[in-house]
Amino acid sequence: MTMERTDAEIKPLIPRRRRKSRGSAIWRRFRRNRLAVVGLAIIATLVLAAVFADVIGDYRTKAIKINVRERHIHPNLDHIFGTDEFGRDIFVRVVHGTRISLFVGIISVSIALFFGGTLGAIAGYYGGRVDTVIMRLLDVLLAIPVILLAITIVAALGTSIINLMIAVGVANIPGFARVVRAAVLGVKSNEYIEAARAIGSPNYKIIFNHVLPNCFAPIMVYATLKVATAIMATAGLSFIGLGVKPPTPEWGSMLAAGRGFIRDHMHEVLFPGLAIMLSVLSLNMIGDGLRDALDPRLK
Amino acid sequence: MLLPVLLGVTFLVFSIISLTPGDVATMILGQGATQESVAELRTEMGLDEPLIVQYGKYLGNLVRGDMGISYATKKPVVEEILSRFPNTLTLAFFSILVSILISIPIGVISAVKQYSSFDNLGMIFALIGISMPSFWLGLILIIVFSLTLGWFPSGGADQLRSIVLPALTLGVASTASIARTTRSSMLEVIRQDYIRTAKAKGLGNTMVILKHALRNALIPTLTVIGLEFGELLGGAILTETVFSWPGIGRLMVESIQRKDTPMVLGCIIVFSVAFSVVNLLIDILYTFIDPRIKSTY
Repeated sequence: MTMERTDAEIKPLIPRRRRKSRGSAIWRRFRRNRLAVVGLAIIATLVLAAVFADVIGDYRTKAIKINVRERHIHPNLDHIFGTDEFGRDIFVRVVHGTRISLFVGIISVSIALFFGGTLGAIAGYYGGRVDTVIMRLLDVLLAIPVILLAITIVAALGTSIINLMIAVGVANIPGFARVVRAAVLGVKSNEYIEAARAIGSPNYKIIFNHVLPNCFAPIMVYATLKVATAIMATAGLSFIGLGVKPPTPEWGSMLAAGRGFIRDHMHEVLFPGLAIMLSVLSLNMIGDGLRDALDPRLK
Repeated sequence: MLLPVLLGVTFLVFSIISLTPGDVATMILGQGATQESVAELRTEMGLDEPLIVQYGKYLGNLVRGDMGISYATKKPVVEEILSRFPNTLTLAFFSILVSILISIPIGVISAVKQYSSFDNLGMIFALIGISMPSFWLGLILIIVFSLTLGWFPSGGADQLRSIVLPALTLGVASTASIARTTRSSMLEVIRQDYIRTAKAKGLGNTMVILKHALRNALIPTLTVIGLEFGELLGGAILTETVFSWPGIGRLMVESIQRKDTPMVLGCIIVFSVAFSVVNLLIDILYTFIDPRIKSTY
């Protein structure tokens, strides 16, 4: 093999390389990370499971209906994950639990992203006294561990899925504010921002059209990782009875229910826990992969 | 910075908890109480006053070591918390100790031998460790080491051996994230010029790693250890529930279920104050490790 190439070989390469967008370059780097691809595959499966949960097992008749004759059945061909203390199929319940966990995870992170992001963008863009006031106030929130803050809010508002999403969302606001603020500070000094200001664009337009789109990378990575912790927090709160209540098939409350039977029926805690771990693990793998793909300097 | 943060934290927690729906006075007296007696108790407890005044009174009592009377046990909240807090602290301390002892060597070796099979395996385990829900890991450890092998008790705090499983459970996530941080900050440091200089003047590899690289790499690690300690305190709430560990985490969960507001408030405040104090200590530690960092507290 010679290193030289004929014109015919080189020519088709040139336009193709030009056409490559930033997105496809990121995707190419992401794809090279084996863990990240595995994570993506797992999450895709979980999303499919959440979407087709009713096809896999009907919610009313399979996931929450009590069936006394089939209590505590160990995993077999009919019930691949076995059944719980009320004779409900654990596989069907875990699948329906995917719906709740992904939903709560995504909604609570969206809450945190919206409020935290807005505060962070304002603090970072305007700087000065505005920045100081916002960030000092958020420092107070940051001084409370996320899970503790979430517990405090649920304890005050009462337990329900909505309150759970609010609690986990609010508890994550300061984190998002910090990340967005740091990203905005990095983008703000670019010349194209100065140019936008020079032609008289209003501040809110500059923030939304020029600053935030360029902060996309770090925010995306952080949000992915935070969906993982939100899923974990949701399960944890449900586990101690402060989240989703039975008979709703939520992974954390399934663990709490199976806890009393671990001596003889460990399958009842094994599978819901595995589901939590798999979803959190896959999101962490995607988050790490995204971070490396978006910022090649780090690797 | 500690004082304003503490004031803010206590005020925030106090306000959130006072959002609790339902009238406290009615709850104490029961549904059958007359309106007059409820109104009387409300005035007596200061519930009619604006939130900020109520907070001011609470704070005034707090600095004198009075957190009110528990609705459930009718005993001072402080007593109960003081008798439980050492247990939580012991648990958190052992967990962080275990994690530091395991994670820093793993992080350092992973960085020095980057891309080796030790590094790859270590980082995969770290990823799994971070993704493992502590309450589930706790249950699995109970099944394996307590119910099957019978090596450790499955709950309580009566023997010395009781702390092993809870401390392991609580420490796993921190171990993983401290190892990851140590590795990445080591990777950055060992590429610095002063490391090359140290090697060039003939120092042994171990010496260079331990004395020149590790010390500088430890700064991000310390930050993470501080953050992890906070996570540990939070995680203790779940772990204590799994292992029936008599700390304030479990006390808090029980009190929330009993709607024992003064106790809940006391527990949350003790938790967040402990967290803030730990972060302050970490800030102070920085200045010892890296004298260039000026203290800002």
